[in-house]
Amino acid sequence: MPVSQRSAGAAIEIRKASKRYGRFTALNDIDLHIRPGEFMTLLGPSGSGKTTTLNLIAGFTDITSGVLEIGGKSVTGLPSHKRNIGVVFQHYALFPHMTVGKNVAYPLTLRGIKGDERDKRVHRALDMVKMADFAHRYPSELSGGQQQRVALARALVFDPPLLLMDEPLGALDKKLREWLQLEIKRIHRELGTTFVYVTHDQEEALVLSDRIAVFNGGRIEQIGTGRELYDSPATLFVGRFIGESTILRGTAEISGGDTVMTIGGQKVLAHGHLAGDARPVILLRPERLALKRTGADIVSGENRLAGTVVEAIYLGSGSKYEIRLADGTTAVVRSPLGSADFAIGDTVDVTFLPSDLILLPDDASADVTLT
Amino acid sequence: MRFFPATEPIACLASPVAPGLLSKREMMMTATPDDGQRAGTAVDAAHSPFLPRLRPRGAVWLTAPAVLVLLVALAYPLGIVVWRSFSDPAIGIDNYVWFFQSAVNRTVLQRTFVVAAWVTLACLICAYPYAYAMTIVGRNMRLALILCVLVPFWLSGVVRTLAWVILLQDSGVINSILRGIGLSPVKLIRTLPGVVIGMTQVLLPFMILPIYSVMKGIDTRLLQAARSLGARPWKAFLQIYVPLSLPGVYAGAIIVFILSLGFYITPALLGGPRSILLSSLVQNQVLSLLNWGRGGAMGVVLLVATFVLLAIAAPLMRQKHTSSRREA
Repeated sequence: MPVSQRSAGAAIEIRKASKRYGRFTALNDIDLHIRPGEFMTLLGPSGSGKTTTLNLIAGFTDITSGVLEIGGKSVTGLPSHKRNIGVVFQHYALFPHMTVGKNVAYPLTLRGIKGDERDKRVHRALDMVKMADFAHRYPSELSGGQQQRVALARALVFDPPLLLMDEPLGALDKKLREWLQLEIKRIHRELGTTFVYVTHDQEEALVLSDRIAVFNGGRIEQIGTGRELYDSPATLFVGRFIGESTILRGTAEISGGDTVMTIGGQKVLAHGHLAGDARPVILLRPERLALKRTGADIVSGENRLAGTVVEAIYLGSGSKYEIRLADGTTAVVRSPLGSADFAIGDTVDVTFLPSDLILLPDDASADVTLT
Repeated sequence: MRFFPATEPIACLASPVAPGLLSKREMMMTATPDDGQRAGTAVDAAHSPFLPRLRPRGAVWLTAPAVLVLLVALAYPLGIVVWRSFSDPAIGIDNYVWFFQSAVNRTVLQRTFVVAAWVTLACLICAYPYAYAMTIVGRNMRLALILCVLVPFWLSGVVRTLAWVILLQDSGVINSILRGIGLSPVKLIRTLPGVVIGMTQVLLPFMILPIYSVMKGIDTRLLQAARSLGARPWKAFLQIYVPLSLPGVYAGAIIVFILSLGFYITPALLGGPRSILLSSLVQNQVLSLLNWGRGGAMGVVLLVATFVLLAIAAPLMRQKHTSSRREA
């Protein structure tokens, strides 16, 4: 059976699922629908519930309440060895007393697949992760990256409709991690298996995923594509967790349906206003901001905040500046190649259009959780 | 010789630390995930041409006191014993001819090995679940379990054996209980089962400690991995956990078996005329009959038999994943 003809991935349906350990609530009433063949990343800081969700899907723990369906069937109470799900762990979890080949053959042996068929599938799986030449080595003779590739082959060799990965690249150095990210992406494209990937690294999530579910404090804050999360975060936590941002706080008034915020004595106009009486904050992405000499090149309708350059970093593809604003906040600005240069100590205006800012309800916990 | 400390029963008896040392080395052969992560650098270091030079010269002299003691207290007397077995009363192999021509001697030699095998098996059956329990209970319970293992070490072997005499004798505790609940009494004292029971109790720590020290290094997350790959819990245990614990089992089994072969006090006190072991025969020859030649010959036969057995067992014990690393 060639690789491309494998069965399609399984859908996952999680409704109103909670997981409590005694008094501690690890997961609080989450809803998550994962489409067949999708690459879904569960992203969040440690303790946010993403690994608990993975463990629930894998069957390592059971949900306290709610519904969990895999491939349309409820798996509540089904032990992990009957779920037919591939799992890749951060700590590789290769069996040290078995060769690479035996490790990969293990799930096939358990399924009664023997002889040539087994050898063929082991070879094919190892070939897929480019480890076919290492079949007779022992895990202790391999580097971390090689071990994780073998673990990936072992988790996929029995053609599971679903593959779970728990921070699989967490223990590897940056270069290797970036290369393996692309390998994982390629394998996902080739197989059509549903991948559920847990990470706390937002860049990794953006590189790999079709969609990302952002976890915080046992809840899902937002589910969406990387672009959706970056451009229109639903909460301050998501906005801060994905990508770089500057947060502006001030006193807000609503006039004519728009919000006017006074920040350090300067007014900023934002289109629209928040529902209810939530305190609004403004989230700015660094590449949406421009730096101009104080009072120069005024464009009508733009917001301007005066400040002083406190850091200027040349990045090759452009420059990154940190600007101390009048109210004491530091704004991060990314200028494209070819824009004017500024030096530390220059007084500048940070400018942006009302359509470039994101208006969000304030959430003090978003600051705390990130540190 | 890989198991040099274990090949000499006296050395092991003198030092209860011996199983610990041995099992630590065994444990290092069982790769933990931490080892795995460092494997890359470890291999590189092994290939580094600078590494040997970093090793300080003269380190071998640190072993001098131990070597001296071994030479004076072990090699020299052993040499004399071997020499006497070939020269006392006349030069030649007369003592060995006598040993093997005597049906009693051959029976006792065989019995000594059979008893050692039974003791080893009994120790293994008791020690394996005990050691496993030690790895899964909480900290306080584990301390209590370790204490239970170590307390016998603090009691003299004679005292412990006399306690067994009280328990096992015809009017002893066990038979009183049996009689009390209406069962017929069992003859335990001065029988082989009695000897095996007593020796098992005395030698149990030598089995528990090496197995425990290997088991506590096993990454139980491997079992979770095995289950995710489709293994039932007991299958994961048998196919993953048990093989990884074998280095400890082998180390413990070898120590217990070899200590059993040379055991003297317990079989002498608990055994009867039909359960005499080789050590008692040696004692009889040397101390009662003052026949050093014959006693020495028996000792040499036991020693050689032990070496032969070890040579047979050695390939079994070699862990595949470590031996291949050495070849690489």
